[in-house]
Amino acid sequence: MSTEAQGAPRNRTLKWIDDRMPIVSMTEHALYYPVPRNLNYLWNFGSLAGLSLIIMIVTGIVLSMHYTPHTDYAFDSVERIMRDVNYGWLIRYVHMNGGSMFFIVVYLHIFRGLYYGSFKTPRELLWWLGVVILFLMMATAFMGYVLPWGQMSFWAAKVITSMVGAVPLIGESLTELLWGGFTVDNPTLNRFYSLHYLLPFVILGVVVLHIWALHTVKANNPLGIDMKGPQDSIDFHPYYTTKDLFGTGVFLLVFAAFVFYAPNYLGHPDNYIQADPLKTPPHIVPEWYFLPYYTILRSFTDDWWLFQILLGWWGMEAKLAGVLAMAGAVAVLFVLPWLDTSRVRSAKFRPVYRVFFWLFVIDCLILGWIGAQPAEPPWTSIGQWATLWYFAHFLVILPLVSRVERPRPLPHSISQPVLGGGAAAAAAPMEASR
Amino acid sequence: MIRSPLRALHRLLAPAAIAAVLAGGAVPAPAFAAGDAVAPKAVAWTFNGVFGRYDYPQLRRGLQVYNEVCAACHGLRLVAYRDLAAIGLSEAQIRTIAGDKEVAGEPDEEGEPTVRPAEPKDRFVDPFPNVQAAMASNNGAAPPDLSLIVKARGGAADYVYSLLTGYVSEAACKKQFKDSQGNPLVPAEGQYCNTYMSGHIIAMAPPLTEDGQVEYEEAGAPPASVDQMSKDVTAFLAWAAEPYMVERKRMGIKVMLFLLLFTGFMYAIYRQVKKDVKGSA
Repeated sequence: MSTEAQGAPRNRTLKWIDDRMPIVSMTEHALYYPVPRNLNYLWNFGSLAGLSLIIMIVTGIVLSMHYTPHTDYAFDSVERIMRDVNYGWLIRYVHMNGGSMFFIVVYLHIFRGLYYGSFKTPRELLWWLGVVILFLMMATAFMGYVLPWGQMSFWAAKVITSMVGAVPLIGESLTELLWGGFTVDNPTLNRFYSLHYLLPFVILGVVVLHIWALHTVKANNPLGIDMKGPQDSIDFHPYYTTKDLFGTGVFLLVFAAFVFYAPNYLGHPDNYIQADPLKTPPHIVPEWYFLPYYTILRSFTDDWWLFQILLGWWGMEAKLAGVLAMAGAVAVLFVLPWLDTSRVRSAKFRPVYRVFFWLFVIDCLILGWIGAQPAEPPWTSIGQWATLWYFAHFLVILPLVSRVERPRPLPHSISQPVLGGGAAAAAAPMEASR
Repeated sequence: MIRSPLRALHRLLAPAAIAAVLAGGAVPAPAFAAGDAVAPKAVAWTFNGVFGRYDYPQLRRGLQVYNEVCAACHGLRLVAYRDLAAIGLSEAQIRTIAGDKEVAGEPDEEGEPTVRPAEPKDRFVDPFPNVQAAMASNNGAAPPDLSLIVKARGGAADYVYSLLTGYVSEAACKKQFKDSQGNPLVPAEGQYCNTYMSGHIIAMAPPLTEDGQVEYEEAGAPPASVDQMSKDVTAFLAWAAEPYMVERKRMGIKVMLFLLLFTGFMYAIYRQVKKDVKGSA
């Protein structure tokens, strides 16, 4: 294939530029860099996440031209966008549903990484940067949801910011700093707006690092074995550019179906009621993509036996434990490469891990489902068992499985997967050679 | 083998996605736990579905119901009088409707505040000067603004229509519903019983009680039964909450068709490119 395309450009002007700043050879690298030839459609979600980020930034910038970050005007200014700004309804619905689309795509991207062991050597840094992006996305999405100043905006802000108060000693001052006062009010809305505009560009920066790391260690693949030579790879362009464009089409079809035919399906009707600090909604529910974490937060009650055994006896408050668990639910991904120590990456060759992977997926779905239910029996105890399973999966099951499990033999190489049936071929599952 | 997770996902999602697209605007919001809420009656609105349109004569009848009945207590502050041109009112009609109301004008030469008749550029004038006045005249509960009521309630238009037609007598209330202690539900003084209200107790008196309560002005209007008036005013409020719905759905068809073509082409190109590489991707 056109590996000769890589290197210095022949055109004299381009060469002059390239000698001073290698932007031309960088573009060539991006286009022709070698990718495993066996990627399946689950590898489309990386580029779709990038596309989602760009859609969010572009629509967000336009919305900010018409939005007023003041408690008296925010709700009305959003409605003015919906009614009086040319195609304002379109831009706002794209932005509103774009948040959900971004999370769907990123969650599938993460589960793909979990299934095929994309977090293992040598991709730990790549994985970490991804977890940082997830944290930043969650903060951005949460603050963005507050901006329309509807009932759910206000009360979600109230519930989530109040959690900071659980931090020992400095909790109260920290909450007041976050609020810019003594409750969620205009200063809160102002600083959330400012940060909601800032963080996407921070995400963009981390995405650049994420891609840099990816291009250094190269993409993982469904077999989870390393590329051993040119026969195992193909150029990114045109093979994966066309495949990504096809994936983009499918993604935009789903996106457009929501924007044009069910724009409020993923939202909560209460957010079309202006925020009223004196009227608490009967059920405060976060956006769907936060529901699993919300269940984990609410699972830590004073009377939960696990909490009492682990933390309650030395006087820790259940509220603090819940907050820590919620943050820990994502942070545990940082140490995942050292929890799952199996030398085989892909679940394709890990019969036991594969079962627990799917149980984990089901557990996450249960956590999400419970998050939308009121905090009362039987939901609470289902949520607590699901929370227990979530952490047990990472902290107990994965370390055990990776020690006990006997992986199936790995194929000899990506280009000859059928020839590698013998055990001899499975000698070096995660060789350091790069 | 490699693609089996995707295939499984596809098998799971495809029927749901197709159902969602077919049902279009009629997709109900996810059910949020509401205790003993009764599912609203499903109405075949003209604005349901992918090809849904507003029935403009119906919206004009609904406007009349709003003006003559609802507007006594409920505002519509996000809608401007000029917006009514979109449902087929002439400028003269709009000026007449607006001119009946007064809004604050510029201060006069002496600096004294003035009032002037409302104009098409103004938003619907609230029935009460402030929340306190609204509460004082309504047993302490301010009637909600109706601009977004259809989008602000689970069940949307079906819910609003069901609520308007869902009042039951005190006797029936005792028989059908229980309070939080499990005793027969009895509405207090100034309260009413409604099947579809959360908790079945509502502070609003039944607004549409007899056939012909509103005399429809337009030629060819159906008889103004309670049911018809309820449907008409709900359709009007659906428009008030989402005035660009028709444009949105129309554009959606073009966008979906374009994307289908684009996706098809991209798939063909991808297959073609892939042919060159044996056993890849």
